[in-house]
Amino acid sequence: MTSLQTSAEKPISLKAEGGVARRQAFSRMSTYILAAATMLGLLVLAFLAYDIIKLGGGRLSLDFLTSYLQRRADDSGIRAPLLGTIWIVGFVVVMSVPVGVATAIWMEEFAPKNRLLWLVRVNIGNLAGVPGIVYGILGLAIFVRGPFGFGQTIIAASLTLSLMILPMIVIASSEALRQVPPSIRDGSLALGATRWQTVWNHTLPGAIPGIMTGTILAVSRAAGEAAVLILVGAAGIILRDPSGINDRFTILPVQIYSWTVRPGDQFKPEAAAAIIVLMVIVLTLNAIAIVIRNKFRRD
Amino acid sequence: MALATQRADDLERKLQKRLVKHPGELVIFAFLTICASITLLTTAVIGLTLIVEAEPFFEHVSLREFLFTTNWQALQAPEAFGIWELVAGTGNVVLWSMVFALPVGLMAAIYLSEYARPRARRILKPLLEVLAGVPTVVYAFFALTFITQDVLRPLLGADNVSFQNSLGASIVMAVMIIPTIASVSEDAMSNVPRELREGAYGLGSTRLEVAFRVVFPAALPGIIASVILAISRVIGETMIVAVAAGSTPNLTLFPLESIQTMTGFMLQVATGDVARGTTQYESLFAVGLSLFVLTFILNFVAQLIVQKYTEKYD
Repeated sequence: MTSLQTSAEKPISLKAEGGVARRQAFSRMSTYILAAATMLGLLVLAFLAYDIIKLGGGRLSLDFLTSYLQRRADDSGIRAPLLGTIWIVGFVVVMSVPVGVATAIWMEEFAPKNRLLWLVRVNIGNLAGVPGIVYGILGLAIFVRGPFGFGQTIIAASLTLSLMILPMIVIASSEALRQVPPSIRDGSLALGATRWQTVWNHTLPGAIPGIMTGTILAVSRAAGEAAVLILVGAAGIILRDPSGINDRFTILPVQIYSWTVRPGDQFKPEAAAAIIVLMVIVLTLNAIAIVIRNKFRRD
Repeated sequence: MALATQRADDLERKLQKRLVKHPGELVIFAFLTICASITLLTTAVIGLTLIVEAEPFFEHVSLREFLFTTNWQALQAPEAFGIWELVAGTGNVVLWSMVFALPVGLMAAIYLSEYARPRARRILKPLLEVLAGVPTVVYAFFALTFITQDVLRPLLGADNVSFQNSLGASIVMAVMIIPTIASVSEDAMSNVPRELREGAYGLGSTRLEVAFRVVFPAALPGIIASVILAISRVIGETMIVAVAAGSTPNLTLFPLESIQTMTGFMLQVATGDVARGTTQYESLFAVGLSLFVLTFILNFVAQLIVQKYTEKYD
């Protein structure tokens, strides 16, 4: 009874009191805590960028990009690893993209819906989770030695990396193909087109943005991979430009690794400067992927 | 329903006939099938390679020693090949990276799914995904030169923290997998039907209560899958642990000591001058096989969980 009387005396308000007010306050507070958690990772990224630029920014110059490894840290450059990265990433794109997209087309448009399709799908999901270093072992046993016996060459490295990013390309491509409305497919088939004509003229063009986004992200993964290429036999020191697929190779991430683990701090600025170059490459690829995704987003 | 299925079957048959009429179509179909089989072939070859290459190792070292002793000393005499010290190293990094990544990743997922405006989400999500795209060798450098040197050692005392330690590696590893947890969990939460949320709001729940008591439990299978995926990424990651966590096999979960993970050992063998044909060299494949089996099981479980529960609300 008393509570009824007091509430009658006070002006009517929609503001909550007591337990409800407390719950609402908790809820409001949680917004900031959760937002802070979301920002935490980005904060670390900013901190990483700041530290690395501070350490390596001074070493960046055209000479750094165009000279070979030298005994003195100050004269050293990343010509060989940079060229190695360009060669290998180029071959990886040429080999993995057609196979990956073809696999996705088979899965989404051609395959009979049976156990085999299920097996392929689950298998690709599993392959995407296989650690990079296991692909390194595969490359070592199959491409470097074993049946192909290419040795520690650009072609062996490219084949190994292609296999590594293949599942990522397949997954992204098949998701993109699935996003294309079925009505487009049905319309084309109803007008008498064959399956391939439908895919080539209608489904694939609609899926290209999604495929490109996924592919670019996968390629940027390949460009940053070190462990696999160490297993396949990236060379420590290379003092000439690659001239063919049977040349030995080194790449940026491996060069960064070997500078990082060198005892003493003498080569740390070199490592940081090479990291800046690698990050520019990787972040540019990421940015392109994001722009494509946002531009063609179907809401 | 039966009629619809029959119609679909009829159409399927007609399309097959169209396929036969165009020989070029068959060639393309064959080509696509070959491409698709490459992925199956890859798995088979990985499994076969690991088994064939690890086999000589198990001729020198008994499976019993490998699985049931705890001392790993492969690269100097007296040699010992008990994998548990390496497994403990991997477990150490998994434990500590999860301690950091799990709360932060899940909170980020909840924020993106339940709190953030669509515009903020469109900007934040790709930004967060950049964290997963940073090459791991960059994280390795960061862990070794900054986290351990400039943060952990001044904070905890230089004597208490070894030059290479699992905590530094775990912290950057956590940063690397936050997007995996946040992104996959966010997808799972976004798939929770709106009616559930609106029902809870209608009963007077606050946003926080809806997020934690309604959406979170409903999305739990997807969230668990995201965590398993993240764990399998940590287990397989090589550069960060090889550079920042050390190369001392160590049966401990304590985070401030130098340890060695399975992947770290493999890289050490690959970079060292170990002669081919020795037991040390062959141990590379035995550890690789163990790693492959471990991550394969984890990924398979994650996929089963996702497949089993994703379409629950349709």
